[in-house]
Amino acid sequence: MRPVEIAPNVFEVGVRDWNIRDFHGYSTPAGTTYNAFLIRGETNVLIDTVKAEFTEELLSNIRAVMDPKDIDIVVSNHTEMDHSGGLPRIMAAVGQDKPLYCSKMGAKNLARHFRENWNLKEVSSSEEISIGSGRTLMFIETRMLHWPDSMFTYLKEDGILFSSDAFGQHYAGSEIFDDQMDMSELLFHAKKYYANILLPFSALIAKLLKAVGEMGLKLNMVCPDHGIIWRKDPGVILDAYDRWSRQETQNKAVVIYDTMWHSTEMMADAIVGGLVEAGVEQVRPISVRRSHRSDIMTEIMDAKVVMVGSPTLNNQIFPALMDVLTYMKGLKPQGKIAAAFGSYGWSGEAVKLLNAELSAMGFELPEEGIRIQYVPERDQLTLCHGLGLRMGLRAQGREV
Amino acid sequence: MKYVCELCGWEYDPAEGDSEGGIAPGTAFADLPDDWTCPVCGAEKDQFSPA
Repeated sequence: MRPVEIAPNVFEVGVRDWNIRDFHGYSTPAGTTYNAFLIRGETNVLIDTVKAEFTEELLSNIRAVMDPKDIDIVVSNHTEMDHSGGLPRIMAAVGQDKPLYCSKMGAKNLARHFRENWNLKEVSSSEEISIGSGRTLMFIETRMLHWPDSMFTYLKEDGILFSSDAFGQHYAGSEIFDDQMDMSELLFHAKKYYANILLPFSALIAKLLKAVGEMGLKLNMVCPDHGIIWRKDPGVILDAYDRWSRQETQNKAVVIYDTMWHSTEMMADAIVGGLVEAGVEQVRPISVRRSHRSDIMTEIMDAKVVMVGSPTLNNQIFPALMDVLTYMKGLKPQGKIAAAFGSYGWSGEAVKLLNAELSAMGFELPEEGIRIQYVPERDQLTLCHGLGLRMGLRAQGREV
Repeated sequence: MKYVCELCGWEYDPAEGDSEGGIAPGTAFADLPDDWTCPVCGAEKDQFSPA
């Protein structure tokens, strides 16, 4: 796509990766974009680049606005290669001696990605530089949001925040702005991004939102490095981040399970029935081998109850379930109550092992869980229903 | 004395401890177990320096 002038003399020059479906293990059914921004004025500024294989397209977009040699400074908000991969060719086109602005950790991390002799300018938080034409850039360090090098760049007079990965979504469309999108679809992609990339840093995000609030920055436009730009009401995504960073839960339960001969699945169905009877508004049974871990995490993020079911396979938890649990553990969801269940043949360790995994994640485990040998009978399914019912009542703070 | 993580900037405040890591308030940085890690980024103790 051609560059779009998103504000006077500010151009979005990034690229669309329409057909990417697996972003380092995160499913991206709608593709993604690598956004980059060009500010034209007395000092021409390029903010971020794109994945290496899209660099030619980025250069062509830049050329539609100016000769790359006319770019005076480059800013790298984040070292991850979907934003820095284009730097070697871009710096060659712009001029190797041109200043490349980044955070202190950015300088360290760029040096460990690229063995180049760039003119790195380390900036600290709140540092400002004038770029002429009555414009000022301010840098805001955002360590661990989501890498040690992450920072924001803020175009002060225009109130435009170039927020790197924060507030982004893996969504590639011909749309550029939030007002061109269906808001619930946009927020779904933003939520999935938060659940899979930013969730472990929620405490830092809460702090950052507070700090940005205290700085009193006007935000006319929030430009993430992936997906759609927020301009209609950036407050929508700021409010959503506020909720997500506090890990607010809903009256919602997720039942994730795997099954070999449908026994654990029968248990899951009975538990789902109990949860529904308890008045849980959103109950989501998910068979892990038929769903992507990144979609499962999106559902788990705002659920109060997490039920996990696994058969015992060779004395272990089923491997597809361990995939999800390992992934979930790293993302550090908080404030959940959980219980385990599963069918087994002879030894039946899975429920005990699941309990250990769930308590290691800091989930509250009010019950020991249920394990059933081979195929459940009616009375045993009634026990599963009861477990679902009690967990559902607890989720709502009701008496069990 | 407070210590700051060189990798992510998280600050260890002995007055607060680290509830997630099972560290009680009032625990000095020097008294943290050797296998204690930064609750934000997982860095080890030797990545911390006095704030």
